[in-house]
Amino acid sequence: MSEFDVLIIGGGPAGLTAGIYAGRAKLKVGMIERLMPGGQVAGTEFIENYPGFADGIAGPDLMMAMESQARKFGLEIMSGTIEDVDLNAGPKRIVVSGKTVTAKTVIISTGTDPKLMNVPGEKEFKGRGVSYCATCDGPFFKDKDVVVIGGGSSGVQESLYLTRFVRHIHLIEFMDHLNAERILQERARNHPKFTFYLNHQVLSINGEQKVASVTAKNRATGDSIEIPADGVFIWVGMQPNTDFLKGQVELNQWGFVTAGEDCKTSVPGVFAVGDVREKEIRQITTAVADGTVAAENALKIIESQES
Amino acid sequence: MGNTLELNENNFSQEVLESNVPVLVDFWATWCGPCRMVGPVVEEIAVQYSGKAKVGKVNTEDNANLAGEYGVISIPTLIIFKNGKPVDQIIGAVPKEAIAKKLDAVLS
Repeated sequence: MSEFDVLIIGGGPAGLTAGIYAGRAKLKVGMIERLMPGGQVAGTEFIENYPGFADGIAGPDLMMAMESQARKFGLEIMSGTIEDVDLNAGPKRIVVSGKTVTAKTVIISTGTDPKLMNVPGEKEFKGRGVSYCATCDGPFFKDKDVVVIGGGSSGVQESLYLTRFVRHIHLIEFMDHLNAERILQERARNHPKFTFYLNHQVLSINGEQKVASVTAKNRATGDSIEIPADGVFIWVGMQPNTDFLKGQVELNQWGFVTAGEDCKTSVPGVFAVGDVREKEIRQITTAVADGTVAAENALKIIESQES
Repeated sequence: MGNTLELNENNFSQEVLESNVPVLVDFWATWCGPCRMVGPVVEEIAVQYSGKAKVGKVNTEDNANLAGEYGVISIPTLIIFKNGKPVDQIIGAVPKEAIAKKLDAVLS
């Protein structure tokens, strides 16, 4: 296989935008994706804050449009699992599902996955009541009571979506206040289907064949309560998909790739874009900005090598 | 989608439970983003295992009884059936290799 100018790892909004810019600059650009392009956005029901869509747009629709736009400019998408990487070699080498791919520059856009809580019952009941995707599994809990863990923007937004189906939502938050955007907090507080358990720590998810209840401890009083529920939806944060990069590029203490606004990592010719990069604001808009910056900086490297 | 069987409450027994080869069944729904991501992967599996195993899809929206019968309350769920019984399952969208590994174990 001939060498890529730019190889993008991960097909969310950041990676696809890098593909659009690099492809349009007539570079030979490839993408490795573990499933299909789309990233987290493809699992989001509806996007209200992406500019240009006054009435909002469905997450999967937005991502399919980005993918076809990138393909139009020549992006070659390969699906597969990364088995080995050597980003410090020249050219950079990546082994994907048994095949070795080489590239002059690499853009890391592997995003994040939901963080596990690591409480008893979480792994055991995954798919048996424990869920990380409201749009996928919400309809299976029609007229049932569910527990939502996490009072950040994701937890509250997804809970509001769940109100269409479920009978009641018991929202547990570890801190003594919700961290969600104010507009979301207001919607939830004014909704009759919510009960809030602030300053509570989840101890266990209980049941026989499937979820039956959640046990949580009031951090102020030390009292434990058991909340009966058929489903548990967990949004306690995200973890970066960077295990394959250990020893290759500099990661911060939480595993995010260390890189500034120029998206340059500790390794020349390797860029990090989107949610996987160490940054404060993780939005689709900031992801597509990163993709643009990295593609332009990759182009500079390739032009300087050619001249 | 040419390579997978469209399964429903009418043909499930005949196509899955009475099949003489293992059957991979993808429980999905139109509203589910990860299902749309794993769908093409399941299509590729169908081509790759053609003749050795069958691959079918159950739309849980139209076939709530089938989802209920096999305890599916999270999608995508992939269940492998052999000799009329579910023998293994995968919950959530996973890469092709992970599905192939489970199918190979059932086929060997």
